[in-house]
Amino acid sequence: MKVKGKVWKFGDNINTDDIIAARYLNTTDEKQLASHCMETIMPDFSKKIKKGDIIVAGRNFGCGSSREHAPVAIKGCGISVVIAKSFARIFLRNSINIGLPVIELPEADEIDEGDEIEVDFEKGIIKNISKGKLWKFNRYPEFLQEIIRNGGLMQWVKERYIKSE
Amino acid sequence: MTITEKIIARHSGKEVVVPGEFVESNVDLVLANDITAPLAIEEFEKAGAKKVFDGSKIVLVPDHFTPCKDIQSAELVKKLRKFARQHKVRFYEIGRAGIEHALLPEEGLTRPGDFIVGADSHTCTYGAVGAFSTGMGSTDIASAMITGKVWIKVPPSLKFIYKGKRNKYVGGKDLILYTIGKIGVDGATYKSMEFTEETIRNLPMDDRFTMCNMAIEAGAKNGIIEPDEITFLYCEEIGIPSTNFLKSDEDAIYEDIIEIDVSDIMPQVAAPHLPSNSKSVDEYTDIKIDQVVIGSCTNGRITDLRRAASILNGHTVHPEVRCIIIPATQKVYQQALKEGLIDVFLTAGCVISPPTCGPCLGGHMGVIGKGEAAIATTNRNFIGRMGHPESYVYLSNPEVAAASAIKGKICHPDKV
Repeated sequence: MKVKGKVWKFGDNINTDDIIAARYLNTTDEKQLASHCMETIMPDFSKKIKKGDIIVAGRNFGCGSSREHAPVAIKGCGISVVIAKSFARIFLRNSINIGLPVIELPEADEIDEGDEIEVDFEKGIIKNISKGKLWKFNRYPEFLQEIIRNGGLMQWVKERYIKSE
Repeated sequence: MTITEKIIARHSGKEVVVPGEFVESNVDLVLANDITAPLAIEEFEKAGAKKVFDGSKIVLVPDHFTPCKDIQSAELVKKLRKFARQHKVRFYEIGRAGIEHALLPEEGLTRPGDFIVGADSHTCTYGAVGAFSTGMGSTDIASAMITGKVWIKVPPSLKFIYKGKRNKYVGGKDLILYTIGKIGVDGATYKSMEFTEETIRNLPMDDRFTMCNMAIEAGAKNGIIEPDEITFLYCEEIGIPSTNFLKSDEDAIYEDIIEIDVSDIMPQVAAPHLPSNSKSVDEYTDIKIDQVVIGSCTNGRITDLRRAASILNGHTVHPEVRCIIIPATQKVYQQALKEGLIDVFLTAGCVISPPTCGPCLGGHMGVIGKGEAAIATTNRNFIGRMGHPESYVYLSNPEVAAASAIKGKICHPDKV
């Protein structure tokens, strides 16, 4: 799978309150959540972006709450992948579980807002088309890849537990 | 092995585990609240699951937007009630409940040596009793409700050694704010924070809950304290077994050891917008505040209310300040009433809220407006955390919050 999109750049420690403020968590509806994505730190983010666009951020992306609404909101507004220098652990789990691709890239600083990026998940390559740069990224450990191959955690659980009942 | 590794090994059918290893662990308790449980229930049902692994080990606590703030949140709690009835899982209705991380220990549901997961990042609180407990998302919790298991990567451990006598008004909150200030909000990402030695051995249980509660603010997977004499007395009081007291081995391997001389630490205040922006309260000279919140899963226990009342007793809240007191549970509320603390608060001009997470996450019951500042005993001061994106939250212990309520600006309790 390959995705291509324009970069929206964020800094370090983007927390789950930035991604989706708690006052909007009185729903589980993906579209409603998506409409408020990032609005605390970038008003109208969900209107500005195009489907397939990419978030690039610094360290500790998604820190704070366990709210799965955060990756749901990001995925819901059409972001194809989040690339960050590092991720907070609950956000990373949640993203894998719901099928939002997330990539750790120590060189994320070398990507700027507005750059055109292409991600090749099979080859593990990120191409910065605007700057003519190429990076290889680390795949997830085998255990997580198995979950991803199964189509997310619930599918994995279904195969192993529910079908066998 | 460290205490964390021992608990994980025991729950994964292994003699030994090592950091970095992926294991599947049996859980003793699965928790979700009114925000996270609805998504978990949807995933549970979408997967076609018919039954939970063990209803007595699943707890649903509506505490974030309760008493329900609007129609949508009322609909969310209805989902929890229905699921709880259908699957006979534990459900705590308002009036018989409180904030999850204060409630569960009170109910004796979090025991030393347990492996606990919850769809709330502050689930790490229960490390205070010597349990392994960690926050996850709703899908992980849906999976755990079906299987009774979670996958986990064994975390490397960081050992924090606290030595020296605590200064006046320095409690668990100050130790953890200071620690997060030292290592940063991602200083322990994916890791276990083990709080040890002299100062911790003398630290009351409620302060231990506060410290472990905020391990997540340094990005940690869990915070943990080895059970000791204080834990033993706590177990007796609550009526839970003190049989699974695990300790880290002498030769346990730590990724890093951080020594902190507590006698250097003064009451701490974390400035907007990160919990790691902590400094001594005396460094804040003229920060006017509009609101004070004393409560939350971090500092809403009886010890916290006693400390706040000891400062507010005989004083009144500054005329330009609103002071909100939130006993974390029904029992804490009742105890505060018995001890005359509620009277102290009311006489001082505070408002008493029913147990709720409410203002901590800008949900309800004390949201702040544009340009306003609050000092709160809560755990996060991110942008817009308590309300408007252009508002400001300072984090502190209960005494500093109470003193600031009286003075109308951030101040040391000695100045009251």
